Amino acid sequence: MSSDPLLALDGVVKRFGGLTALDGVSFTVAPGEILGLVGPNGSGKTTAINVISGVYHADGGSVTFCGQRIDRLPRFRRVPLGINRTFQVPKPFHAMTVRENVEVAAYFGAHVPVDVDAVLEEIELAPHADDLAGGLTVNQQKRLDLGRALATQPKLLLVDEIGAGLNPGELNVIAGLLSKLAARGIALVVVEHLLDFLNRIANRVMVLSAGRMLFEGTLQDASRNPDVVAAFIGG
Amino acid sequence: MRSIVPAAVTLAVIAVVFILAPHLYGNRSLLFSMMTFAALAQGLNLLYGFTGYLPFGYVGFFGTGAYTTSLLVLHSHLPVLVCVLAGGIAAIVVGVILGPLLRLSGAYFSIANLAASQILYNIFSNQDLASVTGGPYGLKIDQVYNPTASYYTMLVILLLATGLAAHFRFSRFGMALRAMNQDPTSASMAGIDVVRERLIVWLISAAIAGLAGGAYAWNLSVFYPDAVFTLQISVFAIVFALFGGVGTVIGPVIGAVVLYTLYNAVGISAPQYFEFIYGLLIVVLVLFLPNGLMSLLARRGIRVI
Repeated sequence: MSSDPLLALDGVVKRFGGLTALDGVSFTVAPGEILGLVGPNGSGKTTAINVISGVYHADGGSVTFCGQRIDRLPRFRRVPLGINRTFQVPKPFHAMTVRENVEVAAYFGAHVPVDVDAVLEEIELAPHADDLAGGLTVNQQKRLDLGRALATQPKLLLVDEIGAGLNPGELNVIAGLLSKLAARGIALVVVEHLLDFLNRIANRVMVLSAGRMLFEGTLQDASRNPDVVAAFIGG
Repeated sequence: MRSIVPAAVTLAVIAVVFILAPHLYGNRSLLFSMMTFAALAQGLNLLYGFTGYLPFGYVGFFGTGAYTTSLLVLHSHLPVLVCVLAGGIAAIVVGVILGPLLRLSGAYFSIANLAASQILYNIFSNQDLASVTGGPYGLKIDQVYNPTASYYTMLVILLLATGLAAHFRFSRFGMALRAMNQDPTSASMAGIDVVRERLIVWLISAAIAGLAGGAYAWNLSVFYPDAVFTLQISVFAIVFALFGGVGTVIGPVIGAVVLYTLYNAVGISAPQYFEFIYGLLIVVLVLFLPNGLMSLLARRGIRVI
């Protein structure tokens, strides 16, 4: 595996009116790596994912993917390059079946034929293939969100708080699935408040606070860093 | 492939009905108007039924088509059919100009579109442009008057619109439209170019109204601006489409046939109660049948095309 990063953010700035949500954020992600993104609410984690996936455009700095600048590309053009994501609140196509949800992404988002059944097996929704997505539980919708993303054959998967609201058994399933995807060479950026969950899967974490990077390293080291502790529980 | 047969059958039924109808029923102009509204309801269905954008100013494209066709008949030596085609193209041009309206959503889009149609009306009916457009006095193209040819032209437009609805309903493109309609953000993350697809549908829908306007002007051969820009045309297209069932292939056509028949029956036998009965019908529709007649069948497990 090459040492070139798959994704590189360099000095990314994103403002909303007077609020600077990302204030010069730089980091890289390698293929097959799981990077955890942690920080208090409002620290810019989801904004980072939105800037990488193209839901927002950066106001400054650069986002490079596979050596190509992507920060001006609309999001539907980033998908075939190999970038996809899940949403904090899952956003399936409610009036379509589970299979159609995956099919539409496979057809429009991937440049090679995709085995939709294999994706459904992977996210463990094959028995629900013909059910309407709107009727699924939140846990199932989260996996469907993941399935829609996987159907586009991503090289980089941005996962936004997939663990929130799941019970320990469901968390285990998701943790296993994410690790399996990483083992296949997919890079993952995982935003998560559940540190135990992150500890099980992430190689490395980045701590954000008020749009700035506070710390980068292992989760164990992060918990011993005084700045990080101050940001989380207040100085 | 499963979907091609029912779609072809639907088109064939519509064609046969409107080819036979003039032989069984004498009032051709009523049949022509019915087809016009069916085509408009179907054209509106293409946009509203598949993208969720409700164009209250849909009549703007219709009037644009009527005027473009008529002005070309008057000032060029092109065959009438080419002039009708140009009516569709003019509507597409207007659609491109109004394209930025698609940035709005919901009621804001509908109201802005309504305003746009009023602007078009004011341009075409403007006294100062009377030397070009006929202004408030309208246009006369009776030298090409041909009720039979214009009747069949309108039928072709109706079939075209219905064929497009079938395409939207059953193709991959239609799958993208459904996805966009339900969640545009997720659709873009599925690799769909939401802005482009929406614009394409908007222009196709505009073209249908423009073509219908052209054929309508040809059939009337004399018309005032009010006749092709009245808000009632938009309202009829919307109500007929909703009554039949938007997002389906056959619904808007059924809606137009049923309601336009009723409109004429009530309008002739009890004109004083017309508005009352029609208003009541709309209230009942909204309360008890928001998804149209076709939803009655779908609820009973009958597969609706």
